[in-house]
Amino acid sequence: MDATAQAASVQRLSFVRQPDSWLVRLFDYKPFLVAICMLPTAGLLLVFLTYPLGLGIWLAFTDATIGNPGEFVGLDNFISLWDDPVFWLSVFNTFVYTFVTTIIKFALGLWLALLLNHHIPFKAFIRAIVLLPFIVPTVLSAIAWWWIFSPQFSIVSYVLVDRLGWLDHYINFLGTPWAARWSLIVANVWRGIPFIAITLLAGLQTIPPSLYEAALLDGASGWQRFRRITVPLLMPILSVVLTLSVLFTFTDFQLVYAITRGGPFNSTHLMATLAFQRAIPGSQLGEGAAIAVAMIPFLVAATLVTYFGLGRRKWQQGEAND
Amino acid sequence: MTEFTRRESLTLTAAAIGAALLPSAAMADDDVPTAKVAPMDLKIEKGAELRVLRPAKFVEADEVWWKSNTKKYTDATGIPVKVDFLSWEDIRPQTAVTANTGAGPDIVIGFSSDPQVYAAKLIDITDLANYLGAKYGGWMRLAEIYGQKWGTKEWISIPVGGGNGPTVYRKSWVKEAGYDKIPNDLNDFLTLCQKLKQIGHPAGFSLGHALGDANGYANWLLWTHNAYLVDEKGKIALDSKETIAALKYATELQKHLIDGTLQWNDAGNNQAYIAGKIGLTFNGISIYYALKNSTDPNNQAIAADTLHQTQPFGQSKIAPQSATPMNAMVFKHTKYPNAAKDYLRFMMESEQYGPWLSNCIGYWSQSLKAYAKMKFWDADPNFAPFRTAMDTSFYDGFKGPVTASSSAVTANYTVVDMFASVVTGNATPEEAAKAAAKAAARYYKNA
Repeated sequence: MDATAQAASVQRLSFVRQPDSWLVRLFDYKPFLVAICMLPTAGLLLVFLTYPLGLGIWLAFTDATIGNPGEFVGLDNFISLWDDPVFWLSVFNTFVYTFVTTIIKFALGLWLALLLNHHIPFKAFIRAIVLLPFIVPTVLSAIAWWWIFSPQFSIVSYVLVDRLGWLDHYINFLGTPWAARWSLIVANVWRGIPFIAITLLAGLQTIPPSLYEAALLDGASGWQRFRRITVPLLMPILSVVLTLSVLFTFTDFQLVYAITRGGPFNSTHLMATLAFQRAIPGSQLGEGAAIAVAMIPFLVAATLVTYFGLGRRKWQQGEAND
Repeated sequence: MTEFTRRESLTLTAAAIGAALLPSAAMADDDVPTAKVAPMDLKIEKGAELRVLRPAKFVEADEVWWKSNTKKYTDATGIPVKVDFLSWEDIRPQTAVTANTGAGPDIVIGFSSDPQVYAAKLIDITDLANYLGAKYGGWMRLAEIYGQKWGTKEWISIPVGGGNGPTVYRKSWVKEAGYDKIPNDLNDFLTLCQKLKQIGHPAGFSLGHALGDANGYANWLLWTHNAYLVDEKGKIALDSKETIAALKYATELQKHLIDGTLQWNDAGNNQAYIAGKIGLTFNGISIYYALKNSTDPNNQAIAADTLHQTQPFGQSKIAPQSATPMNAMVFKHTKYPNAAKDYLRFMMESEQYGPWLSNCIGYWSQSLKAYAKMKFWDADPNFAPFRTAMDTSFYDGFKGPVTASSSAVTANYTVVDMFASVVTGNATPEEAAKAAAKAAARYYKNA
């Protein structure tokens, strides 16, 4: 009885059901669905990423200035930059800046991550505090550093000279080329450590404690555990963080522009700040764009080296680890 | 007459008190002598409305009075005017966008060489310039240089005012160093700076990447030694024996300055002066303005001890200083060119320009000669150098034509860095002059 009633209702339902409309069929068609789902993202990328990048590259091959769209001049901008000592100085500065800060940031960041990975009181609170330099807008922290580096109002000089009496004159942090470069490196390291520490901490926490226990039972020393367990298992995330960090540092702009604007006599100009100075305040759009485009090969090379050199793991290509 | 918000009227009062109650809105009629000139017959378009872009204020009164004058214009004519105040560094890119797209503000008040760069896109305002010139005793020299299309008598912009940076110093300390005023002779000036350092109140001039201050100091060093960036035809003339002499003098002078001037930005000397760390520098009225308007008795005391004087002349016959002009351009894309011209005329007439100028107490210097006669200039001896600031034939990129190239050299600190590398011993004067001449040529190659 029940079964027949059910059968009857099923029959009635299937009778009522209409054939799929073309719209339903269209949305059931997988390639169409994929395309339409990707459209907003693709549109955003095209408008806000591809177009500006393409325009930037095009400008690098023109003699455009602010107020004049310019004409195609081929490699003229690059040839002229080849003879420009200020450009090469900025390339040198960018390399020094990126290389030195990355090494220091990684050493200190890894150390901090290892410390934070221990069970310490107020763990969550301390981890939140560590992130602070990263949360503060760069321009704000740059202004704070600018005060710290001030030749007349520096808190560091004040403490060393007026409070402790260890020095007899205020420090000229940004007054000579190398002092200025090191000062900026310190500011960049301060700002960059939290990102590296917190990401590496996340990586550390994915390492199963059982591995350490087994190693401990086998009598491995602290250094051996670090060398044989922590480092290899951290390597994949290390390479990603390293790539990102190199990219961020190589293209840094705000910190340098807010603290020195490239001075004294261009000794702290990075390629990014020089590109801006030439293009916007100096109105030589073509030349500024050429400097920015000149960064691309370096960035691609740096990415390839760090990504494939350090972190080539099968799982990154979607396969299982050996 | 005009309505102010509470905040605006408060600042206005503060500014007025600070400036020792200058003649403001209730200015005497005879304060600005005017010639009898037939009023301009501008046929203002029906339904006109205007958008104006101008640089942001550095002294409060600048914006307060600009806005109230604009409101007065709207009340009188019914033409709505929207004024946007933009930070100085954003003016150039915005002007470029306006010029390239042929849309946006009807009037852009930009800087220095901008009208020359966009000359083809600006309406000719010779009639307005001639009317104002005839009525107000003629234009100051610097106004003519920047307002007219280079090498012609065609006016493409109305220079509204100029900002310059004369010597600012502490009276008592300069006296202690043995001088009653700042000597014009460069050797005496060197001795003065030396003595100031000996008594613990050194002088300081920025040679860092400080757009206004460092370029001002570098130009002063050049012009006092008869050196200049380019010749009359725009050919680079920097690598000269005069430049070498200027570099040697700067090196000598640097020994007697406060430490750290190579890292000063445009606020560096303001802060050091207000904190009493330096006794002498080159700057606009902003230091004095801040001191005067401070309620701190210490700052009031420093203000009372502060004097301004035109920069030392050295070998120059006229004051070796220029002013950064703020010049108004009317773009061809405007639908209401006559309304735009009428608005500018209104803002430059004595009823509006007078109170604006006098309340800025020298932050802007007048571009029309008659305004030099205003009584407020006598109210405080500190205003004297600003009264004549635009009476000069020095400008960025002197002696060549005013072009985008001269602005590019300024923006790239080419001359500043030449001095900075020599005074720190990182280059010899000869090397630096050659390198800077080559660097400057990069920007003049298309000129």
